[in-house]
Amino acid sequence: MTIPLSTSSTGQMEPYLRMEGISKSFGGVPVLDDVKLQVNRGEVHALTGENGAGKSTLMKILAGIHQKDEGRIYLNGNLVDIRSPREAIRLGISMIHQELNPVRDMTVCQNIFLGREPYSRLTRVVDSRKEKEQTRRLFGEMDISVEPDEKMGNLSVAEMQMVEIAKAVSYSSNIIIMDEPTSAITGKEVAKLFEMISGLKAKGIAVIYISHKMDEIFTICDTITVLRDGRYIDTRQAKEFDRDTLVSRMVGREIKDLFPKSNTERGPVTLEVEGLTQSGVFDNISFKAHKGEVLGLSGLMGAGRSEVVETIFGLRGSDGGTIRVNGKEAKIKSPADAIRHGVALITDDRKMKGLNLTASVRDNISLVNLKAFSRFGQVIRLKKENQTADEEIKKFRIKARDRYQPVGTLSGGTQQKVVLSKWLLNNPEIIILDEPTRGIDVGAKAEIYGIISRLAETGKTIVMVSSELPEILGLCDRVIVLYHGRISGEFERKDFDQERIIKAAMGNPDGATIHFMN
Amino acid sequence: METPTDELKVTGNDTAAVLSPADRRIEKLRRAGRFFSKYGIYFALVLLVAVLAVISPPFFTAANLIDILRQISVIGILAVGQTVVIITAGIDLSVGSILALSAVMAASFAHPGQYPLIVPLMVGLGAGLVCGALNGFLIAKSKLAPFIVTLGMMTAARGMALVYTSGRPVFNLSNAYDTIGTGYFAGIPLPVVIFVMVILGGIFLLHYTRFGRYVYAVGGNELAAKVSGISTEKILIYVYILQGVLAGVAGVVLSSRVMSASPALGEGYELDAIAAAVIGGTSLMGGVGTITGTVVGALIIGVMNNGLDMLNVSSYWQQIVKGAIIVLAVLLDKKSKGKA
Repeated sequence: MTIPLSTSSTGQMEPYLRMEGISKSFGGVPVLDDVKLQVNRGEVHALTGENGAGKSTLMKILAGIHQKDEGRIYLNGNLVDIRSPREAIRLGISMIHQELNPVRDMTVCQNIFLGREPYSRLTRVVDSRKEKEQTRRLFGEMDISVEPDEKMGNLSVAEMQMVEIAKAVSYSSNIIIMDEPTSAITGKEVAKLFEMISGLKAKGIAVIYISHKMDEIFTICDTITVLRDGRYIDTRQAKEFDRDTLVSRMVGREIKDLFPKSNTERGPVTLEVEGLTQSGVFDNISFKAHKGEVLGLSGLMGAGRSEVVETIFGLRGSDGGTIRVNGKEAKIKSPADAIRHGVALITDDRKMKGLNLTASVRDNISLVNLKAFSRFGQVIRLKKENQTADEEIKKFRIKARDRYQPVGTLSGGTQQKVVLSKWLLNNPEIIILDEPTRGIDVGAKAEIYGIISRLAETGKTIVMVSSELPEILGLCDRVIVLYHGRISGEFERKDFDQERIIKAAMGNPDGATIHFMN
Repeated sequence: METPTDELKVTGNDTAAVLSPADRRIEKLRRAGRFFSKYGIYFALVLLVAVLAVISPPFFTAANLIDILRQISVIGILAVGQTVVIITAGIDLSVGSILALSAVMAASFAHPGQYPLIVPLMVGLGAGLVCGALNGFLIAKSKLAPFIVTLGMMTAARGMALVYTSGRPVFNLSNAYDTIGTGYFAGIPLPVVIFVMVILGGIFLLHYTRFGRYVYAVGGNELAAKVSGISTEKILIYVYILQGVLAGVAGVVLSSRVMSASPALGEGYELDAIAAAVIGGTSLMGGVGTITGTVVGALIIGVMNNGLDMLNVSSYWQQIVKGAIIVLAVLLDKKSKGKA
């Protein structure tokens, strides 16, 4: 199918979508300032920038979720006014949100037809057979293998995402916005997603792809627009960019040494896990972590990495196995026990498990360590607490208005620094980090890598769970790979090999017998 | 407009030091906005008092204002506890019934010449404590919804009060007991003195103690609180115990003030207590709320009832106005905090 492209008098192609001079503030805080964006049909357009750059807000304006304060939006050359998500959908604009929000107790096809159920003209009753049929046809076209009758809540995140994309296509959308679609899906699923995006592109649908993952942007996107601090920075063809220039455009400075790895002496064993088992989740996990070492836990999503560290931290019960801290057996039945043994866990999902979003920066920072700030164990010494909070804000370069700003209003990277500060204030011996850089921007990532390396240098034991291989390779002294709840490989830094680690993560015991290219 | 030439700008630095005068003005406005959204409810109270003072001169007399305080003291005591409960993302529907049970039990030990005053007081507070502890255990340990547990307690405690008294009010209370509700200290009614003490205690507990901080943590994000090493179950149990004891205090104050204890005392008070907390900015989602806000909420309800009484507005109409104010207050609160 070919799409007629209109051409303006200047001979330049008129883009399908044109946003101009878009400004927006929330409660007096400017989030977008005179931003522009042009997207053509059949184009995959990366919208990139650090967290807090305004990408999501710009897209939420396009999708009718937020209202712009100033600016104009043209669709196909016509000025449009998008006042609600409904209006946006009518204009052919759909958004796949980062955090999917389907009605979990309804079936897949009920979700797809939510709000526009086909019904019998005679009885005004929903025609569920038609719903199912149309869903099946749609899935067939898009090569999605999900049962229309399945309950939405039973699907994996990747499947839900596919259903959402199918839903967008069923609305006959011309523009589909994807907000960090790969933040919670595995490599194989990413490949499937990219296939789907290519399919959309071939249909002449424009895809606006919000991401800060370089690999993805360069794999899938035709054009790249960079925002920074709520301002428009640059738009270019993807091939005109290289990684370093893109990063420097995003951050506004050059990032050298993303991984400031220093060689530290490997000290005695501080954390020893032996035969840790949780039936059906992970089995017979044993490893040792040393003082001054960064130990990586790699593996695919669902391999049981988070479950292992959460068990060590006492958030989950185990069916067997022992944990030793500094050579002595530690009976850890709750996070409080773990904290008492000098263990900290920086959880993977900071909004769910890490922070109290309605509380202030100060209250979050001091929470783990509150007893130390209290007289008679109860009465908080506010002066000391305030002073410490201010010091921490400075030390971690937490971008907050003041110590009283609610954490929920900060950007992802800043929030993660609050989590780090909160745990490090307690001066733990063993620091477990679960996906410490998920969903945060390059600048903040570099800072967090720096912090991790420094911690190892000062003799802390670091255990880091990560799905990002570059991060594992860049930071860790040793990596243990999990597959289906079992250890499937262990590599010293000198033997690090991306391919072997991936093989182990896919279930190949050591990878040693595999023939490598190189 | 800034141009994208800020390659030299170091991100993460504090920019406050280099604000232009225009920026500074905007920052001032922003601060004013934050100030207003934080204290808007206080302005509303002042405005309400001012309007009533103008249209009804007898309203703005010391005697009447003290009377208002006395009128709201029982609801106010309950509302302080309710605020703490709601901050944990819970709710306590049983306070009115616990109040009644505490009142009849206390009163039954308060006949003249029977026991020293301390006995009925301890019985009243103890009854509240036991009911509150039961609420807390069921909510924290069995993971039942606070709404369900306290709805059950609301019905059961009322029933216990009726069983205990065979449905008849308890009369003939000692002078010492009656003094709690009818006496004065330095010209201020004792119920008001007790209310003020409860307020100060509540402020101290919520804003100056570890327990208070944990209350906010549990309400804001229970899982994160748990990960931070807080025993969230213990906090929840203590919170409902606190509310139960305060219901006991309210029961003693109310029965001693009316010099009798009916098993029907305090019916519907739980909703007034919730209303005061909500008008005062406490979020039913948990994690947000202050005692001072709740006190202002209780004052708004009290001032309005009293003012409308003085203007001879029927109590039927008063209910409509009260309902409208509850919704309006939350609406304004939401608006001022922005939809973002």
